[in-house]
Amino acid sequence: MLYSRRMTRAARLQLLSLYENIELVERVLSEMCHSERVGEETCYWVGMAVREALANAIKHGNKLSAEKRVLVEVRLDPGEALEIVVEDEGDGFDPEGVADPTAPANLMRSSGRGVFYMRQFMDEVHFSPAERGGTRLRLRKNLTARRSE
Amino acid sequence: MKAKVRDVGNVRILDLEGKITIGSGDVELRQQIEDSVGAGFTSILLNFKGISHIDSSGIGELVGCYTTISRRGGKMKLLNLTQKITDILHVTQLITVFDVYDSEQDALASFKA
Repeated sequence: MLYSRRMTRAARLQLLSLYENIELVERVLSEMCHSERVGEETCYWVGMAVREALANAIKHGNKLSAEKRVLVEVRLDPGEALEIVVEDEGDGFDPEGVADPTAPANLMRSSGRGVFYMRQFMDEVHFSPAERGGTRLRLRKNLTARRSE
Repeated sequence: MKAKVRDVGNVRILDLEGKITIGSGDVELRQQIEDSVGAGFTSILLNFKGISHIDSSGIGELVGCYTTISRRGGKMKLLNLTQKITDILHVTQLITVFDVYDSEQDALASFKA
């Protein structure tokens, strides 16, 4: 019997704490999604969540330090899940301390929506301490339960 | 992000293109609004037809610009949102804050009301 098995694809990047690198990661993610025929909608919203993860790591974690790196791992299991891990070298982060940006008192605040974005667009968002002392963020999108396709 | 500037009567229209995201687009949006207010415009229409992405920093900047203009007695309105940008305004519940139009003519008329 003939059959084909789609292989897991993975990428690992170690990046300087520069906003320009957000575009680089999004290109890597987009290329992986397109090559494995992940839907455009899913790719777009995962890309938005990854943007937020990287922005937080670069700005709030590493505080734009030239000495600190951001580690990114992307793993795509076709038909199963897209998983992204982002690690910074900052002082750690408590996600419980983030206020609800949709509460009336916070609606007009000019910041504080990054974690909210990630939780809206991904199926799992998990923060933990990184081995190197910063924050490890794991994002997962189930490819069997697409958001809006 | 790039912006083309048009003035129709006392309304400044900014035709935006690209991404309003951290590190570039968010700062450029703020600069464009500051330039417009500095030039005496308090009626500002942001044309989102060419905007593909707006991250949380861009949304924050949009809220900041709206607040700045409102405090000066002015109005900032949005035109031609794509479906994805509309979705983002819905999930952030900011769709209840901004005046949004699909027609430039209607948007311009609303400033006179």
